[in-house]
Amino acid sequence: MQAQAATKRTSIRESTGDRLFMAVVYTILTIVLIAVLYPLIYILSSSISSPAAVTSGRVFLWPVDISFKGFETLFNTPAILTGYGNSIFYTAAGTLISVALTVMIAYPLSRKTFFGRNAIMIIVTFTMIFSGGLIPTYMVVKSLHLIDTRWALLIPNAIWVWQVIIARTFFQASIPDELAEAAEIDGCSDLRFMRSVVIPLSKPILAVLVLMYAVGQWNAYFDALIYLKSANLFPLQLVLRSIIIQNNSSGMMDAMKMVERQQLSELLKYSLIVVATLPVLVIYPFVQRYFVQGMLVGSVKG
Amino acid sequence: MDGEIAWEGNAQPQPIRKRVKRSRTLEARKSFKKHWQLYLVVLPPLLFFLIFKYYPMANAVLAFKDYNVIKGIWGSPWVGLRNFKLFFDNPIFWDLIRNTILLSGYLLLAGFPIPILLALMLNEIRSGRFKRIVQLVTFAPYFISTVVMVSIIMLFLAPRLGFANVALNHMGFDSINFLGEPGMFRSIYVWSDIWQTAGYSAVIYLAALAGIDPTLYEAAKVDGASRFQKIVHVDLPGILPTIVVILILNVGNVMAIGFEKVYLLQNPLNQSTSEIIATYVYSIGLLNANYSFATAVGLFNSFINLVLLLLVNGIAKRLTNSSIW
Repeated sequence: MQAQAATKRTSIRESTGDRLFMAVVYTILTIVLIAVLYPLIYILSSSISSPAAVTSGRVFLWPVDISFKGFETLFNTPAILTGYGNSIFYTAAGTLISVALTVMIAYPLSRKTFFGRNAIMIIVTFTMIFSGGLIPTYMVVKSLHLIDTRWALLIPNAIWVWQVIIARTFFQASIPDELAEAAEIDGCSDLRFMRSVVIPLSKPILAVLVLMYAVGQWNAYFDALIYLKSANLFPLQLVLRSIIIQNNSSGMMDAMKMVERQQLSELLKYSLIVVATLPVLVIYPFVQRYFVQGMLVGSVKG
Repeated sequence: MDGEIAWEGNAQPQPIRKRVKRSRTLEARKSFKKHWQLYLVVLPPLLFFLIFKYYPMANAVLAFKDYNVIKGIWGSPWVGLRNFKLFFDNPIFWDLIRNTILLSGYLLLAGFPIPILLALMLNEIRSGRFKRIVQLVTFAPYFISTVVMVSIIMLFLAPRLGFANVALNHMGFDSINFLGEPGMFRSIYVWSDIWQTAGYSAVIYLAALAGIDPTLYEAAKVDGASRFQKIVHVDLPGILPTIVVILILNVGNVMAIGFEKVYLLQNPLNQSTSEIIATYVYSIGLLNANYSFATAVGLFNSFINLVLLLLVNGIAKRLTNSSIW
């Protein structure tokens, strides 16, 4: 009876058991929220705290003695600036190539009048479950003389099969064959149709492809690790690895001599993480719905 | 029975098949002529798949050869299964298999149910800011790169200044060298992975939940189901096909567990549990330039993976009628 009175606003009565259940759900989700958020806040706070506060373990949640020394040093370090520039280049060029190639294979495969579409689809999806392996792929890249060139990061992994599936599903669902037929009758060529009808109608899926590939490129490091040798080609992730994970700060010695080396090198790690992740995390809330949309488009028929 | 009936009228099938065949070549020729531009467009991406995906598969014959730099892949002498034998007889073989399976098995057991639970809980909260915030925040770590992820793990678990040890010391415990303990490697790997991907993986289940017929909920309500009963009897059966498909895909990836993160987290102290087939292939193949042997190891891995995928897919097809093809 009491429960009835308490839930005047909802049309359906919630039993005590249900309310207890919801309390448990809210509690668990709140714990999850804190568990996910806390490390992120901690890193961010550390990166803008003073070097001394970080090394003495005084940072727990909020920044202590706010200072931007870490970032200052980072932006005076040539290796990091080069890495940043390279990453921006790889992300821009790689995304362009990847999106173009993905659309080029996904759209024809979405047309019912395209002969052999199923066979090609099988050829493409088979590469998802079986591959020649690391060494044979490396040998191909090597024989094409792509080792230690920028192309090695742009071409060998340009197309992700999953993105092809997503894009093809989208084209099938949103560009009816009748539209293509009508255009054909009007004397419009397939290329023209792609350029002036398909592309403008497919902005949502293009946004998804751009975002996925761009994030992938920005975060990629394995291809750089195996294919690149010259430090001036290294993307930021590889610079990051050598400084934080291998604890190799030789590239930063000049900057470090000037200040308290030990403390600063600890602080630099936090600042580096922030610098390498911020571009992605800052745009993420604005584009989240596209990501979700992209995953859903792909999973509806998957 | 149906088959027999079709066979008895044996005058019919032949001409039909012929006609179908002729019309297919005709259809192909017509399609080529009419849509030649589309075939041209599809050519570059197709070349990509042939060069970077299928040519390496052909290159995998390296596994059956004794690679010689001067003679090249095709000129090198055949050695049959020698490279595979070398691998199977190697004392490290069973360690690698065990480490690979234990690591990905642990990840599967712990990591598979959590996104489902997360999605079910989020789904209970019908609307509002709280749901959006939880989704936004849990989804975000997915965009952190592997290098950054490992950097964060290392900073948190560092022996002296790491947050975990500072906290332990505050509570009066001794410091632990987390990444130097072979026994902790798997847990560190798995739980950091769950932290990073659970929110992302939950989206697919949320989508499946959104697709459940609303009348089922009304029926459950009329029957007086509690929220928990509704989850067990409506939600779970509703997303079962999705669960099965994701499970198959995950099991099919057991041997293909991410190289990058394991490699970055690896150090000489934890190597006894962290050396998996993929990291071994990298160090033997690319660092020691033992191409043929490493290719054999990699091929063995891919093959086991393919067999597992087909096996699980077959079982799932029998049991639940949902499969990936």
